[in-house]
Amino acid sequence: MSGAPTGERWPELSFEDLIATTRFDIHERAHITVDDAICADCSTRECVVACPANLFVPTSDGGILFNYEQCFECGTCYLLCNKEGAITWTYPEGGHGVVFKRT
Amino acid sequence: MPEQTTVDAIVVGAGPAGSAAATVLARHGYSVILLERGSFPGSKNMYGGVVYPRILDQLHPEWWLEAPIQRWVTRRSTMVLTDTQAVTVDFRSTDWGAPPYNGATAYRPDWDHWLAGKAEADGALLVCSTTATGLLRDGSGRVVGVTTDRPDGDLHARVVIACDGVNSFLAKEAGLYGEVDAANYTLGVKETIALPKDVIDERFAVRGRDGVDIEILGGTSGVNGGGFIYTNLDTLSVGVVLKLPKLGAQKLRPEQIIANLKAHPAIAPLVEGGEIKEYSAHVIPEAGLSMMPTMTADGMLVAGDAAAMCLAAGIWLEGVNFAMASGMYAGEAAAEALEAGDTSAGGLAGYERRLNDTFVLRDHRKLHRAPALVLSDRVQHRYPAMIANTVERMFRVDNPSPKPGLRRILNEERKRAGVRIRDLAKDTLDGLRTFG
Repeated sequence: MSGAPTGERWPELSFEDLIATTRFDIHERAHITVDDAICADCSTRECVVACPANLFVPTSDGGILFNYEQCFECGTCYLLCNKEGAITWTYPEGGHGVVFKRT
Repeated sequence: MPEQTTVDAIVVGAGPAGSAAATVLARHGYSVILLERGSFPGSKNMYGGVVYPRILDQLHPEWWLEAPIQRWVTRRSTMVLTDTQAVTVDFRSTDWGAPPYNGATAYRPDWDHWLAGKAEADGALLVCSTTATGLLRDGSGRVVGVTTDRPDGDLHARVVIACDGVNSFLAKEAGLYGEVDAANYTLGVKETIALPKDVIDERFAVRGRDGVDIEILGGTSGVNGGGFIYTNLDTLSVGVVLKLPKLGAQKLRPEQIIANLKAHPAIAPLVEGGEIKEYSAHVIPEAGLSMMPTMTADGMLVAGDAAAMCLAAGIWLEGVNFAMASGMYAGEAAAEALEAGDTSAGGLAGYERRLNDTFVLRDHRKLHRAPALVLSDRVQHRYPAMIANTVERMFRVDNPSPKPGLRRILNEERKRAGVRIRDLAKDTLDGLRTFG
């Protein structure tokens, strides 16, 4: 046998379904905070496209809506952010945050 | 007030570097606390998928009898992709499927958990679910411990070994890094895709525990980086590595770039029909030697990703081995310093000496040009088409036209790809100096 026939397309997951495959033990304290007053002045917004967890969402009023919950703790956002003080980044409380799976 | 106790060593981070350091120190009889912020070692850790454990021959002889590997890499392919073409160089060796082995696919939560268990068995005290939040220093600025997020969580030690990963806030707090530049980092994103073992065996032409490592140039939707597919026992690791500033300066999101790679005509037949078991991401210190921090401070050493030890040299993509080795050497140097009663930066100088004398910094020095060359715009955006079109014309039968000479094809395809002779010559020379 050889799995799915060649040419068959399986449904692409929505981003919500994709990230739902990752386990997160969420702590009530936000480990990353975003100063959306600073973000409102940012024209490049690299974080929006680059964050692998899609945590930065532009709002209709020109701000940035940020969610910390489903975060890989990778650091992409603060490394790319060129606005001093816009992103305050720490690790979550010990034992919380992303949990990659063991077999 | 609880009485302050001082242990010999605190190792921050129970990844491959931290567990190797803790193992060495514990075997020397020193008291070691191995701190891990995840609920178990490896829970925060992700990579593409291949580990080269040769260095473990020293630390854990015959490690292959117990290490939690998925498959032994016996087949290694390098692919160059354009939208419609693929050129693959494929190597196989039966030797790599038998002891002492070469590389293996493994899940990091399994691998790191196993390695930390070895450190515990040797006497290190593993403390999980505890984040080191900063450094403790004495009046002279010397590092004397760490603060943690536990109540009364200050921990004092004669030496601190920071193996706290690519973001190493401890190394930054100690002032060991210069300015942090996003251009030195890449983002790795990966899907772990389940397929029945017999389907993987058939699609990748392997049997039993033999596995495949495929590195891909040109499959990253125009963002400088690379792609990969690794076979696990009954999953595939499929993902891309993306240069941060290039990723931030365009419109495709990381998961869309993976989706594009998976839809490529040369890749889709390998991966389709599988179920995504996990989506994961991690930042990689990509730039090698040029981004490395100062390795030693008074009372402190840095190892693994925290010291930017990843080797991202195109045809060699390694990290866990550099982490394990640097951790091991940090442990040896710390033991030496504890023995001599001098854990100042001078007393810990044995660490850099070991790094300099071994593959850890010798490989990085030899390949110091490689990361920039591999991620350069010409290698990324022009050479894939030049190579693929040259090969296509080599193998295309254009009767009744006679076959053109190879030199003519290459020259025409070079021009069509927009590559100047002098740039090709420069990059060839660079490649020879780098890899030769």
